[in-house]
Amino acid sequence: MKIEILNSHICDPLNDIDRVDTIYMADAKILSIGEPPAGWQADQSIDASGLYCIPGLVDIAARLGNSGQTQQKSISSETHAAVSAGITSLVCMPDSNPVIDSAAQLEYVQQHCHSSSHCHVYVIAALTTGLKGDMLSEMAALKQAGCVGVSNVMHPLANNLVLRRAMEYASGQGLTLHYQAMDPALQANGCINEGLAATRMGLIGIPNAGETAAVGVCLALIEHTGARVHFARLSTQRAVHMLELAHSEGLNISADVAAHQLFLCDDDIPAFDPNFHLLPPLRSADDLAGLRQAISNPIFNAICSDHQPHDADAKLAPFASTKIGASALETLLPLVLRLVEEDLLSLQQAIALVTYKPAQMLNIDAGSLTPGATADLCLFDPKQEWTLQASDMHSRGKHSPFLGQRFKGKVKHTFVSGKLAYSES
Amino acid sequence: MQHFLTTESLTLDQLTAILDTAESFINADGLSVKKVPLLRGKTIVNLFFEASTRTRSTFELAAKRLSADILTMNIAASATVKGESLLDTLRNLEAMHVDMFVVRHQDSGAAEFLSQHTSPGISVINAGDGRHAHPTQAMLDMFTIRRHKGTFDQLKVTIVGDLLHSRVARSQIHALRTLGAKEIRVVAPRTLMPTQLEALGVDVYDNVEAALSGTDVIITLRLQKERMQGALLPSEREYFQLFGLTSERVALAAKDAIVMHPGPINRGVEISSSVADGEQSVILQQVSYGIAVRMAVMSMLAGQ
Repeated sequence: MKIEILNSHICDPLNDIDRVDTIYMADAKILSIGEPPAGWQADQSIDASGLYCIPGLVDIAARLGNSGQTQQKSISSETHAAVSAGITSLVCMPDSNPVIDSAAQLEYVQQHCHSSSHCHVYVIAALTTGLKGDMLSEMAALKQAGCVGVSNVMHPLANNLVLRRAMEYASGQGLTLHYQAMDPALQANGCINEGLAATRMGLIGIPNAGETAAVGVCLALIEHTGARVHFARLSTQRAVHMLELAHSEGLNISADVAAHQLFLCDDDIPAFDPNFHLLPPLRSADDLAGLRQAISNPIFNAICSDHQPHDADAKLAPFASTKIGASALETLLPLVLRLVEEDLLSLQQAIALVTYKPAQMLNIDAGSLTPGATADLCLFDPKQEWTLQASDMHSRGKHSPFLGQRFKGKVKHTFVSGKLAYSES
Repeated sequence: MQHFLTTESLTLDQLTAILDTAESFINADGLSVKKVPLLRGKTIVNLFFEASTRTRSTFELAAKRLSADILTMNIAASATVKGESLLDTLRNLEAMHVDMFVVRHQDSGAAEFLSQHTSPGISVINAGDGRHAHPTQAMLDMFTIRRHKGTFDQLKVTIVGDLLHSRVARSQIHALRTLGAKEIRVVAPRTLMPTQLEALGVDVYDNVEAALSGTDVIITLRLQKERMQGALLPSEREYFQLFGLTSERVALAAKDAIVMHPGPINRGVEISSSVADGEQSVILQQVSYGIAVRMAVMSMLAGQ
């Protein structure tokens, strides 16, 4: 099938393209931009005047199952939610039930994705068995089976020695450790940032030091082991400063942040609203400002959704007893576009953080419109405004801290491997 | 008011109306409460997920003095242990045509959560949720203060003890602020002081003598034995030495200062017997006033 997309504003940060032009694709690959291939005759021609065309988004942290259950039905619904939001490569985190900590489990997920998925799905595997934090997972077998990294996700490690061993072992296998920095003792069963909101509501707070202390330890161990570590889901400005300093001294590190951390702080939490029960927690207004300022720093190579879909029941309890996380695939691109609207990033910078930069870190064929690359792309209307409503969400999880908010920028068509995977009805 | 969940959002008029209504239930002797038919035919359920003696029994008495039917459920040991969710428990009880729930729960926000899921027309009274709020306790404390001191605008009030875990202190602070107390001081070891409490309009002290100096109202909070675990405190003995309310320390306050405690007291831990049983103590009056104040809240929610 030969497809040409006419008159869209193409934004491809890797190739520094930012102009209105035509894209030619066939057999699941991008053929060229601007100049038609020799003897070109399109089977399908799409007029995309007024739309932006960007590489399909790469989301490096999502879950495919309701409350962690990875089932065929939810793989279909969540990857459909992904393509409806312009995401064409989605990285599934290992904290499902069962945990993805073995090659067999990874292959099981891959098989289900093969039959039910609407986009490319990659897996970051568990760093330790059952994510229990004490025994290393079989990382070589997991890599052989195709995992694109290993992570502790939201599960702290038993102690610093386990972290050291995990780093050494992962490095030896050429695997990047996606480390979510959290000191379990300092975290102390908290469910919200330690600050005035926690004091007011009488909820147990998680201090910033719960993150920074763990970052400090991890940096010391990176110096010692030389491991390749990616710091996942940062939430404090102090941690970012520590990483910037270490990066400037030559450590091979990078970091990401969940999109909601760039727009919300603990002052924004309506009394006991479980849609705001997130981990790491929404931090102070100062941290929010600090993260927003730092997002253009080269230490950041990704903004992710940290998508965690839940059944209605999961949030029907007092705040601390509710499940952690929100549905976030469908707000990833609109929030990233808001960073551009608010002059924190240029469009090229912003799109880079959800396309080629995370793709390069994961070493996957995605994130650009380079001729020869897989034809994953997203067409969106930059001017269309819409309101996020639970009933309109494609994800099976309907919980979001942004419910009721206005957004600008709406996905119209998404192509995965040269095929139309989503079109707004 | 549909529900009574916290003192935080209440206006001066609302707080004053509660105190005035409570006053109207008190007999000429100043302590006992007469029986009135205001809530005849209404059904109230005490839903206690956490143990309580004082609060539960004064709510029961308050309901009976208002001529309501009251049923007390101690759920700590029953349904939720069997895996029934909080919401299912509520729905089952609602099916019994209840007009009002009085809820105590170990989770902050539990009363608010239930209030969002009750059928229209059903009221929820928060009888203590986690570390968040205990608004009827705070209101009976305000009632006690007003009875002894008349007005709030010249008062210095000192709250001593475990503020970190105290729902009572949070509710007192909001109420005292709105009622216009001149100065609210809080003092505790730093391990038991919540972050940024000063943003609620209080002065934070490290030293108990300084915090008590010239104060008009002393409120001591209960120190639970579990606090020795988790490295919050070294020992009860050291706590009493540093923060225990002794006669010598009470003497630093204004001559006519009153001493309050939400109960149950730990003698020799946060307060000495000589102070708890002393002339300045109004601890037992607090309990008595609890009935009238809870009657006021219940009758106001019922629209009476």
